[in-house]
Amino acid sequence: MSSNSATEPAADMSGIGKSRAAIDRDLKTIIADVLGLETDQVDQFDADTGLFGHLPELDSMAVAGLLTEMEDRLDIVIEDDDVDGEMLETYGGLLAFAEAKIIEG
Amino acid sequence: MLMEWPCPLPGGGTSNELLLTLKQDRAQCVLMIPPLFDEHNKFRRQIVEVMRRLDAAGIDCVLPDLPGCNESIRPLAEQTLANWRNAAQAAIQHTGASHMLTFRGGAMLGSGGLPGWKYAPQTGAKQLRGMIRAAVIAARELGKDISSDDLMARGRTNGLNLAGWDVGPQLFSELADSDEDPPSGLTEIAQSDVGGRGLWLRTEPDEDADQADALAQLIAKELAAP
Repeated sequence: MSSNSATEPAADMSGIGKSRAAIDRDLKTIIADVLGLETDQVDQFDADTGLFGHLPELDSMAVAGLLTEMEDRLDIVIEDDDVDGEMLETYGGLLAFAEAKIIEG
Repeated sequence: MLMEWPCPLPGGGTSNELLLTLKQDRAQCVLMIPPLFDEHNKFRRQIVEVMRRLDAAGIDCVLPDLPGCNESIRPLAEQTLANWRNAAQAAIQHTGASHMLTFRGGAMLGSGGLPGWKYAPQTGAKQLRGMIRAAVIAARELGKDISSDDLMARGRTNGLNLAGWDVGPQLFSELADSDEDPPSGLTEIAQSDVGGRGLWLRTEPDEDADQADALAQLIAKELAAP
C-alpha cells in the first residue's frame, strides 16, 4: 500500500490561508514556548497525544496562556464557549480546532 | 543606584517614587518603561540585565517606578493610562532621557515624543483578554458560571480585581479600548529579533543572558549609528 499523501509537501495554499503543515508547526512552537517544553518532545506529538490531564505543565492557568498566545500568533479569536474538554484533550483535537478557527477567519 | 523621583499626581502634589539609575551623564540616556501587571514582575530582572549591558556599552539608563507599580505605595485601583502617560512624561523631564525602551504593554505609555524602541509590544485589549480568560477559567473551576462578557461589563462599570491586580473602571476601559499601540515613533523590536522564548511566558520571574545581550546590542548599535 502506498500513500503519497503522508510524504507530499503541504499544498501551496498561499492566498487561501495556512496549510495544515504550517498550522501544525506554529501550534507546536506555541505549545513548546508556553509550557517551556523541549522542541524535541513537542515534535513527537501526534493526533492522539494527550494534552490537558496528561501534560503536567498544562494546568488551568497555562491553558489561559496557551489560548492567548494562540490568538496572538494564529490571528484567531477564541470564545469562552469554544473551550471545552474535547478541544484540549488531545493534540489532534487542538490542531483541528485551530484549523477550523483559521478557516472561519 | 537607587533614588527617588517626584512623580506629579493628577490631583496636584507629588509622590516620591523609586528610580533605578545607571547614569554617568553620558550623551545618551534610555528610559525603560516596563510591562504592566504580572509581566512587570516577570521582566524586572531582565530589564536590569539589559540596563547593565547598555551601561557597559557607555549608555545611561533609568528605570522609574510609576504610581501604583512595583514599589509604589499609591493604590493601583486609582491609576489610569492617562495618568501613567503623564507620569512617564514627567520622568523623561526629570531624568533628561534621550530615548525610550518600552517592554510589552509598556508600549501603551510610549507616546512621549522621544525616539526609541518598543520590545514585543502588546496592546491593552490583548493583555486584558488574557487576564479575563484566566479569571473565567479559575471561576469555572470553582463551579461558578461566569463569562468574559459579564466580566468585561463589570470591569468597565466598577473595575475588577484580576488575579490580585485591582484595576479601576477607567484603567479597565482604557485597556479594553486600546487595541492599537498609540502613535509613538518607537521602532518595534520583535521577540524573533531577540531570539528565544518570550520571558513573559515563563511561570516565574527570570532572566536570559542571551536575550539581554541581543536586545542591548540592537539598541547600542542603533545609538552608535550616525
